[in-house]
Amino acid sequence: MASKTRKKEFSRAFRAAFPHTIPVLTGFLVLGMAYGILMQTKGYGALWAMLMSAIAFCGSMQFVAITLLTVAFNPLQAFLLSIMVNARHLFYGISMLDKYKGLGKVRVFLIYTLCDETFSIASSVAPPEDINRKYFFFFISLLDYLYWQAGTLLGSLLGSFITFDTTGLDFVLTALFVVLFLEQMKKKENYAAGVIGILGTLLSRVLFGADNLVIPAMIIILVILIAGRKQLDRTIESKEEQVC
Amino acid sequence: MLTATQAIIMILAVAFGTMITRFTPFLLFPETKEPPKMITYLGNVLPPAMMGLLVMYCLKNVSIIETPHGVPDLIAIAGITILHKWKSNVLLSIGGGTIIYMLLIHLC
Repeated sequence: MASKTRKKEFSRAFRAAFPHTIPVLTGFLVLGMAYGILMQTKGYGALWAMLMSAIAFCGSMQFVAITLLTVAFNPLQAFLLSIMVNARHLFYGISMLDKYKGLGKVRVFLIYTLCDETFSIASSVAPPEDINRKYFFFFISLLDYLYWQAGTLLGSLLGSFITFDTTGLDFVLTALFVVLFLEQMKKKENYAAGVIGILGTLLSRVLFGADNLVIPAMIIILVILIAGRKQLDRTIESKEEQVC
Repeated sequence: MLTATQAIIMILAVAFGTMITRFTPFLLFPETKEPPKMITYLGNVLPPAMMGLLVMYCLKNVSIIETPHGVPDLIAIAGITILHKWKSNVLLSIGGGTIIYMLLIHLC
């Protein structure tokens, strides 16, 4: 009996989570395939592409690592570069401390697979009240992870047979971030932080160029958020007071 | 080309670097302990800020000087915003925006 209700909870959580991941399905199939094809052209077949996608699961850094796999063996450089390219994950973790609280063993998997897209969804979407929170977050993470694996596999196996032009389809991930940004902006208290994120990154892009913008942008955003805490935090507190 | 052992070490090095960035916050602030107020505050304001960063990050290679001057991106994002204000349907906004973008870059 107990296992039957668990199964039911499981499938209900799946049905609640799946629609949120559809844009990621499209984007990851396209980008994962691009990754598989590129690995193939550098002499790394399906097995290698799959190993990297399954173990490292880090999107843009995997593309950077293709270059590293074709030059002199330097794992320390790969390690340090990977920390720098992925530094933004530090902020995802801080944001998810509360949401991922009390989820038991599954938490390790959620943290391991916390990529840009999973973070965007998990931080913007609240699980429906009648849905098991743990399973909901688990399915968002698992589905996104599997889409990336599927894309990688398809790209490395079928890359040379694909003839239709998918240029621009990866815009689906930009669109996902834009929509989730708009969702965040539905809350008035998020306005200032959202604008700080946009302008801080724009400033960093102008000052440091397209290839080195993330870490300076993170620092600019962090400094402004900390400096403006009195103003920004007060709006949140006064909201709570109004409710009381 | 690296040897198989070297390639595996490289994959593990990339994975290890990535996982340090993902696990550090959770290891520094374990769920059994109340995190400092500053961290809780940052946890509240960082999601909208990072979503802004991700949007701008996706547009980092758009050039205002060279054709098409970022016009397809701007029109698509405007389309997404209008669609989303109007219908508030996540999939419709994303799908509509992507179609607008693809039409623009393939037809123009």
